[in-house]
Amino acid sequence: MENAGFLLAAFSIVWAVLFGYVLVLLNKQKKLQQEIVSLKEALKEKKG
Amino acid sequence: MKRYLLLALSFTLMVVSLYFVFVWVPTERMMGIVQRIFYLMVPTGWLTLLSFLIVFIGSILYLVKREEKWDILAYCSGEIGLVFTTLALITGSIWAKPIWGVWWDWGTPRLTSTLVLWFIYLAYFLVRSFASEPSRGARFAAVVGIVGFVDIPIVILSTTLWQGMHPPPLIFQEAGLDPRMMLTLQVSLIAYTVLFVILLIARVLLKNSEVDIRYLKEG
Repeated sequence: MENAGFLLAAFSIVWAVLFGYVLVLLNKQKKLQQEIVSLKEALKEKKG
Repeated sequence: MKRYLLLALSFTLMVVSLYFVFVWVPTERMMGIVQRIFYLMVPTGWLTLLSFLIVFIGSILYLVKREEKWDILAYCSGEIGLVFTTLALITGSIWAKPIWGVWWDWGTPRLTSTLVLWFIYLAYFLVRSFASEPSRGARFAAVVGIVGFVDIPIVILSTTLWQGMHPPPLIFQEAGLDPRMMLTLQVSLIAYTVLFVILLIARVLLKNSEVDIRYLKEG
């Protein structure tokens, strides 16, 4: 099991980076949803 | 429904791939257990090339047709490509240390040309951010996306033309790889490609929403 640390490090880094990227996308989606809500409210105020 | 099927397929393939890599595949005699990084390094390298091929095609179509959907496709593929290029460089470096005794070797063209590719596609995004308006940035980025693609054949041919410390591309010759290793590699390639497709679809949908909201705000 010599050098197993390198193998574990490679897989851990790849999955951490991919997981991080998915979190970034989810965060963007959350911000977009907030913007949609504020746009809807602004539209309501304009109509009202 | 199709999206859930794709997610289920990706999850299943990834579990099978990890089982093969950590349990089923035999350990290579010369390199030992660290050779298994290869099942991560090759898919990330392949997805680097695939994503920048999509950037190249999307950029050409955007410049020819001037339809924003092509720029969005190129942008999203470039972003995911940058992530996978980073991962290819990191896994390559982690593999190099126990095998070559160094984290990095500037005399190996595969490594250097991949790093150049990383910088080219970083420039692809920098050009956009410095442009005065989005459509101008998209045009400049498309030119970088097309010109930058010149580096792709260099990356592919580097191990054949100027090998350096990197091994020649023996893996695609039947005699070069144990059948179980070949199957593990193929499953890993498919698993990570399906993951790439999912990420690309999600990113394009998100980018479309960003663009729609921008237009709504601009009135």
